[in-house]
Order: sequence, then structure tokens, then C-alpha cells
Amino acid sequence: MKLFRIRGGVHPQEHKQLSAHKAIEVMPMPELLRIPLQQHIGSPAVPVVRKGDSVLKGQLLAHAQGMISAPVHAPTSGRIIAIGKHIAPHPSGLPVRTITLKADGNDRWIDLPGPVDPFTLDANEISERVAAAGIVGMGGASFPSAVKLNLGKRFSLHTLVINGAECEPYLTCDDRLMREHATEILDGVRIMMRALGVAHCLFAIESNKAQAHEAISKAAGNHNGIRTVKVPVRYPMGSEKHLVQTLTGEETPARALTADIGVVVHNVATAFAVHEAVRFHLPLISRVVTVSGGAIKHPRNLRVAVGTPVRELLAHCGGFREEPARLLSGGPMMGQPIINTGIPVVKGSNAVLALTAAETATHPAMPCIRCGSCVKACPCGLVPVEISARTRHGDLQGAADLGLMDCISCGSCAYVCPSHLPLVQYFNYAKGELTARQRAEHKQKETKRLAEQRAERIAREKKAKREAMMRRRQAARKRTKSEKAGANV
Amino acid sequence: MLAAITSLMLLGFALGSLLGLASRYLKVEGNPLQKEIEEMLPGSQCGQCGYPGCAAAAEALANSRAPVTLCPPGGVVLAEALAGKLGVSIDLSTLEEKQPMVAFVNEGLCIGCGRCYKRCPTDALVGGPKQIHVVISDSCTACEKCIDVCPTACIEMRPIPVTLQTWHWPKPSLAYTA
Repeated sequence: MKLFRIRGGVHPQEHKQLSAHKAIEVMPMPELLRIPLQQHIGSPAVPVVRKGDSVLKGQLLAHAQGMISAPVHAPTSGRIIAIGKHIAPHPSGLPVRTITLKADGNDRWIDLPGPVDPFTLDANEISERVAAAGIVGMGGASFPSAVKLNLGKRFSLHTLVINGAECEPYLTCDDRLMREHATEILDGVRIMMRALGVAHCLFAIESNKAQAHEAISKAAGNHNGIRTVKVPVRYPMGSEKHLVQTLTGEETPARALTADIGVVVHNVATAFAVHEAVRFHLPLISRVVTVSGGAIKHPRNLRVAVGTPVRELLAHCGGFREEPARLLSGGPMMGQPIINTGIPVVKGSNAVLALTAAETATHPAMPCIRCGSCVKACPCGLVPVEISARTRHGDLQGAADLGLMDCISCGSCAYVCPSHLPLVQYFNYAKGELTARQRAEHKQKETKRLAEQRAERIAREKKAKREAMMRRRQAARKRTKSEKAGANV
Repeated sequence: MLAAITSLMLLGFALGSLLGLASRYLKVEGNPLQKEIEEMLPGSQCGQCGYPGCAAAAEALANSRAPVTLCPPGGVVLAEALAGKLGVSIDLSTLEEKQPMVAFVNEGLCIGCGRCYKRCPTDALVGGPKQIHVVISDSCTACEKCIDVCPTACIEMRPIPVTLQTWHWPKPSLAYTA
């Protein structure tokens, strides 16, 4: 199949050999599970259980709220011991509403309806089941999958792309899932194709995962419509817009969706979860997480219950070989720092990395030498050097005019910078600050509207008062007149 | 000679009357810039800038008697917009943003007198007589007008807590520029 080149990108050392040969291992259930009510983009879920309730594995703990949201289910049987705030799996370390579940050790499932043939269901029923199972994009973005499966109603779609690129170094969870559960994944893919109403599927796997490619090709067999494609090893191949461009040659318009060009992208782990949810009614309560990095004693791929504290994962992998310089949730390019190992694994966590000082290679920043390496590396065709300069001087509007909002925060620019400038860090700051300003602007408009409404109301009340007074006065005058007339008679 | 004088006189007369008519029929009341600026301001008449209302503040801005950073509810966004409008440059990196605050009613002390919600320029305080009042945080601009009128001093300003939705990465600091 003809592939198309994407602009820029980098090729960091892969380090996948640390855990790629380790089969997925089921992690023992921890005693305490911390299940955040917001593990997805959108509104947080609303709890339906109370403190002290006993729950069974797979029972609904919190239902979705609003259009873009996802429910949360119990990862094991046990008792709810708290519904309160707990530190969020987020770089801010801020608290998030969390359900704390004490496992009873029985791991007893709730009664599930028998398996169904997904190919007797229509598109709506499939997406309803996916929504009810609480499935979110498992590649890291955590966008509710049911919403993406409904895109067929709004856009005319022709292709489903399954993202098995796994371009981030160290990560091997998708690789292992493809090698070990190819049939299940392919079943999930066919279910998703049915939900989206598309006849074609491109299953993209980076060419460094030969065994996964082989397993998927074998499972796909000669099912027409599904085609496995080896894509070149290049970071950020797993970015959905870039993957679609590599496969179809079409570029997604700025700030638009891939659905605008008729393509929907789903991650392999999501396909697996869809298979389990639609065929067997199993909610999303566990996921495969890669625990790796030079500082980890025994790197592994673990199937972990959602809510398991990161601390337990590290302990299960034998702890640290040496004191890690950095703990990350996610890959080394786009992962977020773990500031407290008490944070839980959530639906979107794909890895826990403990990197040594040699692996992180932090250098002090030096002045920019205007070499243009970042311009060559940027996969979005931006000019990081100019955008960062404007951001540094507080000219955020200038940065936005240069395309800041098209930046995908892949970190390629910061990776290649010979002066070790924190380029992507500037962009993350600028994007956040711009959003905050938009919020402030919105509030100001609201204030204006409220003040105007109030002024109007006060004027109306004054007028009403004046009129009432006039009426009273007139009535009084009439009365005195008639009294006078009465006296005369 | 005569032709030149007459033609110039005629020209002067014609243009003069045109200007006279223009000044009569195309007259602009007040400073148009002031009106435009007033439309940009929040319009809550909160008085935090030190002027009696947004109109007075706009007048001061139009006559460059006040800095563009005068409006606390407007924040950086408004300061930038005003700077663009008035063609002045501001150094936003030195402008320290006041931490956003919101009014809070201490329910144990509130007697339900109703003075605060009559004062609130954005109707952010709700309640009835002899009922505990409450603040709609999204509408409050932290103008502190309610604090002055409260007889039991039960209203205070609290910083708006940062949430997962509003948090963002701080600006990276470069060691070599320090």
C-alpha cells in the first residue's frame, strides 16, 4: 500500500526491548482502590452508591452526566469506604472526587446477561453499550468512545483507522495486546465498523512491531475491508491526524476533526474494550499498563484494575533498581510527571515509567542559536522558535497568530533543540493561559449582560412605583372630590 | 485679475458653507472614543478603578488620564484590548494579575437583612428578607460593595480555588536569562 510522508518528527531511542518480550500478567488486586469520578474528557460521573455500600465486580458506581461523559464501574467486589477527594492522576496534584473501594478479596462478579452476537445489533445499540460500559479512548486522550462511534450520524465517513502505532518510546502495552489478543481486537474492530457504518478499516502498526503485525494480519485473515498496514517508525506517528495523513495522504484541516475528511481513529486497546463490552457486557474496569524505565527492577506489562495506586505497580515490579530521576505516567515524550505514587491507574493510563538520570538527560537551557532544528522537527509545520519567543515576552496573541493552537504538544521541538530550550513547555503554558483568558473574557461579557439587566430591572421597578403612586394620588383626588360632592348634597 | 478674485471668493464661500453645514448636520456629541471604550468595559459600575462608574472611567481613559490596567474585573484581557484600542504599549510581563476572588457569605452570621443583594451590581447575591443569602460565584466580580453594607460583617472575599479544569502549566523559567 502506498504511504504518504508526514512532515518533521523525530526518532528517539525506542527502549521497547525492556518490556516487549514480557507477556501480559494480571496484577493481583490491591486492598484499596481509588476510583476517580473523572477519568475522561467531559463532565465528571455522578455517584450512585453511598459510603458503606457493598458492591460487586462490574457494578455501576457512578453514572455519566451530560453529553460528553462516561460512567465508572467497580473493578472488584468490596465495600465503599469513602466518597471524597483524593489526589488526581494529573500533574497539578489537585484533588478530584474519588470513590474509595476496599476489596473483599472474593472478586465476585455481578450477574451479567448472556453474550450476544454484536452483528445482530444496530449502530445505536452498539454505541449505547459502549457508553454504558464506560469506554474511553485508551491511547491517552480519554475521550468517551461512544461519542466517537456516533460520528457517522454527523459526518459521511468512509474509513476506520485503528491506531496500533504506539510511537512513544518504552510503551509496549498495545504491542502485547495485539500479539496476545489479536482475534478479540479484530472482533472489536468489526463491531466498531458496524457502529460507524464504514466498509474499510486500516489497521496501522509501526514496522518495529513485526510480531504484532503478524498476529493481526493472521487474525484479520481475508476479511475484506480490513487491511493491516506497516507504517514507518517515526514519532509522532501515533498522533491521529498524522497517522491519517500517512495512510490517506489527506491532511486534517486546522482545529477540525479527522471525521471532517471521513476518517475516525480508535486505539487498539479501545477496540479490545469494545469487543468485551458489546459481546460480553463487560464494563471497562481494567487495562494493560507498561511499567518500565531504567530504574525499574523488573519491567513488565500488567493488566491492572482501574483505581490501583501506582505505588502498588512499582512494588509488584520489584521496586527501583536505583533512585529514579523522574516518574512519569505515559510515555517519555508526552507523559505527565507523577508527583505522588498514591495516584491511581485510570482508564487512560498506558504506562508508568521510572527513568534514571542518564535516561532523562536534563541539561540547563542555553540561548537560542536560531539553528532551525525545531522548525524541521515540527510535525505540524509550525515555527516553534518564533512561537516560544512570543510566549516568553507575554505576547500570547502573537503566538496564537503563528498557529499555537495547532500544536499537538508532541515535544519533538524540545527533543531536538541543541540549546535544550523548554519549547513545548512554553506552548503548554501558553495554551492554558489563552484558555484562561478566554474564560475571563466570557465572564466579563456575562458581567456586562448582568449589569445591563439589573439596570433595566431597576428602571422598570422605578417606573412601576411612579405609576402606582400616580394612580393612588388620582384615586385619592377622586375620593376627596366625591366626598366634597357628598357633603354638598 | 477680477476673474481670479471672484473665482477664489466663490470657492471660499462654497467650501465655507459646506463646512458650516457639515458641522451642523454631522455633529458628533462627546468624544466617540469614550463611547467605544465604555462599551468595552464590564459596565458593572463597581467603582474598583476609583472612578464613580464605567462612564467616568472611560472618559479618563479616552483623555489618557488613567492607565489601561485600571479595571480589576477586566484583568489582563481588557488591559490588552484597551492598549490595542488606544495605541499605547503595556508591558504585560510586569503586570501582576490580582488573584481572582469571589464573595462568600458566612451563613452563621447572616441575618438576612437584604442590604447586600440590593447593592450587588451583577445580581450575584440572592436571598430574601430574613433568609440566608448566598453568592452565585460565577456572577461575582469581587467588587466588595457588599462588604461595606453588611451589618454583621459576614461577607468576605475568598480566592477562587484552582480546579483540574482551570489549572494550567506555569510559564517555564529560563535560568540563563536570570
